[in-house]
Amino acid sequence: MEEKKIKNRVKMREQEARERARNFIEVPYGYTPEEASEEASRCLNCLKPTCRSGCPVEVDIPSFIQLIKEGKFTEAAWKIKEKNALPAVCGRVCPQEIQCESMCILGKKGDPVAIGNLERFVSDYEASQGKIQMPEKPAPTGRKIAIIGSGPGGLTCAADLIRSGHDVTLFEALHKPGGVLVYGIPEFRLPKAIVEREVEYIKKLGVEVKVNAVIGKLFTLDELLSDYGYDACFIATGAGLPVFMGIPGENLNGVYSSNEFLTRANLMKAYLFPEYDTPIKRGKKVAVFGGGNVAMDSARVALRLGAEKVYLVYRRSEAEMPARKAEIHHAHEEGIEFMLLTAPLKFLDDGKGNVNSVECIKMELGEPDASGRRKPAPIKGSQFTLEIDVAIPAIGTRSNPLLTKTMPDLNLNKRGYIVADHETGMTTKPGVFAGGDIVTGSATVILAMGAGKKAARGINDYLKWKFWDTGGITQ
Amino acid sequence: MFRISRKMELSDAVLLFEIEAHDIARKAKAGNFFVLRINEQGERIPLTIADFNKENGTITAVFQKMGKTTHQLAELGEGDSIHDVIGPLGMHSHIENFGKVICVGGGVGIAPVYPIARALKEAGNTVLSVIGARTKNLIFWEEKMREVSDDLIIVTDDGSQGRKAVVTVPVDELLSEDKSIQRVIAIGPAIMMKFVCVTTEKHQVKTIVSLNSIMVDGTGMCGACRVEVGGETKFACVDGPEFDGHQVDFNLLMARQRMYGEEEKAAFERYKITLEVK
Ligand SMILES: Cc1cc2nc3c(=O)[nH]c(=O)nc-3n(C[C@H](O)[C@H](O)[C@H](O)COP(=O)(O)OP(=O)(O)OC[C@H]3O[C@@H](n4cnc5c(N)ncnc54)[C@H](O)[C@@H]3O)c2cc1C
Ligand SMILES: Cc1cc2nc3c(=O)[nH]c(=O)nc-3n(C[C@H](O)[C@H](O)[C@H](O)COP(=O)(O)OP(=O)(O)OC[C@H]3O[C@@H](n4cnc5c(N)ncnc54)[C@H](O)[C@@H]3O)c2cc1C
Ligand code: SF4
Ligand code: SF4
Ligand code: FES
Repeated sequence: MEEKKIKNRVKMREQEARERARNFIEVPYGYTPEEASEEASRCLNCLKPTCRSGCPVEVDIPSFIQLIKEGKFTEAAWKIKEKNALPAVCGRVCPQEIQCESMCILGKKGDPVAIGNLERFVSDYEASQGKIQMPEKPAPTGRKIAIIGSGPGGLTCAADLIRSGHDVTLFEALHKPGGVLVYGIPEFRLPKAIVEREVEYIKKLGVEVKVNAVIGKLFTLDELLSDYGYDACFIATGAGLPVFMGIPGENLNGVYSSNEFLTRANLMKAYLFPEYDTPIKRGKKVAVFGGGNVAMDSARVALRLGAEKVYLVYRRSEAEMPARKAEIHHAHEEGIEFMLLTAPLKFLDDGKGNVNSVECIKMELGEPDASGRRKPAPIKGSQFTLEIDVAIPAIGTRSNPLLTKTMPDLNLNKRGYIVADHETGMTTKPGVFAGGDIVTGSATVILAMGAGKKAARGINDYLKWKFWDTGGITQ
Repeated sequence: MFRISRKMELSDAVLLFEIEAHDIARKAKAGNFFVLRINEQGERIPLTIADFNKENGTITAVFQKMGKTTHQLAELGEGDSIHDVIGPLGMHSHIENFGKVICVGGGVGIAPVYPIARALKEAGNTVLSVIGARTKNLIFWEEKMREVSDDLIIVTDDGSQGRKAVVTVPVDELLSEDKSIQRVIAIGPAIMMKFVCVTTEKHQVKTIVSLNSIMVDGTGMCGACRVEVGGETKFACVDGPEFDGHQVDFNLLMARQRMYGEEEKAAFERYKITLEVK
């Protein structure tokens, strides 16, 4: 029997590698309406759409793609927004290859439908038309919910709860809402104007956003629940504590945590210094340590700040790198030098407190460890010195105890993350829910959003129980 | 937006702002600091909460004109607003009745030491204070400090007011004369704190300093503010800013403070030109 040939996916055009390595403009250009229609035409509109089970926020994928096929682009955007308040963000940074697209039936024989690209297209299209549709306002319930942290988890929970008719206040420690979307992920992967656009939408839905509000300091959570009359709260404070490598010389000038480096560049726009006041060291020779997405982002930012050489130092081989394949590919294309099977031993200084080199050692892979990855071991006598002037350890983050240490009645696990029910987000403290990176450890935007959605449901259920004897009416 | 309700010049280089920040004033304690960002292009800089008024809902900042941001801040007047004010941050001072204490304030450090001296006095301590600066025109809050101190010694480098000495001289004398002094709190330039610690270590008197490392978020998220205390890396914004001075690596602190010397100079020069154009 002859198999029907599947058309290839419509590729998204990108800025050329050599050019983009020197600017902060977004790398892919997005689809044109023609390209989007062509890509949409590949979707089979399956009766049992397996793709949907791959989306943690339950986007009705076949329906929105059908609308694209009919040329109804704005309607397609609205369709997504029924479930997902951040489509332009997700279309760009969701790891679709392990989410929705990994479940698309076409993936069995060829390229899955480019769901993310299409999602990105319709939300950008809607914004470009200037007619953002607002959903109908629900009847007010009189309940007040506090959400702590305005990353993707907090934003999603806020959007869902406001659509249930509650009063929702989002408290954010920084001066801009968005969490990692604004301080971590660089402009060339996720333009900040896009994040602002989606946050504006959530504000228009009625969510009150209070920036500069460090909960645990400005208010404790107990104060919000008792003195300020919040009926429940959702903690989505992320995993924002930088981890250093614990090697000598790590406090020298020029050694940055990836958090600091990216925060200066993204949130504070240090790449526009001196138009913007925040400085950043523009290294000529930069070493980034790690193999995840954060390491790729740090390396690519350093390159765009004008580095002549950017080394990506990783102690295993490329196959073990946790970063998305697409990002590794982009980094290669732009000229990042991969130093694989290499680990740093210590940083050396120029006598004035600035880092000027790093001593490294070559590694070899041994037996697989608990994680199933082959464990690297140093090769004796293989030390060498690498000249650098900026170093960026990007080896992960941990939970920030700022808020949790003010809540002795909240159960944390051994690593300091909040213990919360996977389905409802409920913690060990009544009325307090949690989700996203502060529960799971560093994960992804879409998983944090999924947790926000589940917690919104959990909170709605909780409120029903809490007020059942008053028939749901506020006293 | 946070409105400036009062502006005063305390000395040639030091200004005082009262800023309307109701929620912060409610929670502030001696030793806390806040972070501000003047406008959309601004950097985030930390300043100590030098005083607070819970009834009026204001916090007081006393700052020295150093580079671009503090000069730009000084251009603002009563009724103007600061875009972002974030606080109260940091661990507040540990206040108890120690018995007899010395509070040392150097230059703009007089401002942060004042609420601590006041709190220590209220807790029943005998408070001996030493304030100093390069010259007379940089001394401020003499009266306020006197009110909360059992004794106040003023020193200037050039002898234009009080004794001609650096702060370590009277500190050394006090500790030599009176063995019952339990504790020293010293706030000022890193170099001053370093030498106060050298002096007090000789007398084996516990000394608390407030470390002014470079900061960005002030919430423990970036690690810019890291300092070494007792051989361990700490984040000044959340673990401090106050630490046991005898454990602090001041040379590292001073080197890290100089990290952006070139950039700061360039930014300041550029700013001065825009002022002249105006
Ligand atoms: C550089 C980088 C690149 C990444 N790239 C990708 C990617 O391409 N795709 C992907 O899916 N994932 C990516 N991730 C991971 C993803 O960004 C996170 O998993 C996700 O943002 C977690 O969302 P969250 O809502 O749990 O928390 P966060 O996004 O971390 O937001 C938490 C927010 O809470 C605030 N907060 C913290 N404490 C307090 C407090 N006490 N009071 C008030 N507010 C507080 C913080 O300031 C922050 O704004 C990346 C992460 C980084 C660091
Ligand atoms: C916890 C804390 C409390 C402080 N309290 C006061 C105070 O009450 N009054 C006061 O006058 N100053 C205080 N400072 C110092 C004040 O933050 C700096 O003087 C100010 O940031 C200088 O900025 P600038 O742009 O004017 O000067 P620049 O020319 O940019 O810098 C001058 C010097 O200030 C320091 N500095 C620069 N940027 C920062 C930054 N983002 N964070 C911290 N230090 C920086 C550097 O060491 C630099 O060498 C405090 C600092 C800390 C950490
Ligand atoms: S939100 Fe993410 S996972 Fe869900 S459909 Fe869109 S791209 Fe796929
Ligand atoms: S599984 Fe693939 S082809 Fe089927 S509806 Fe979903 S996206 Fe379309
Ligand atoms: S200022 Fe960022 S961690 Fe202290």
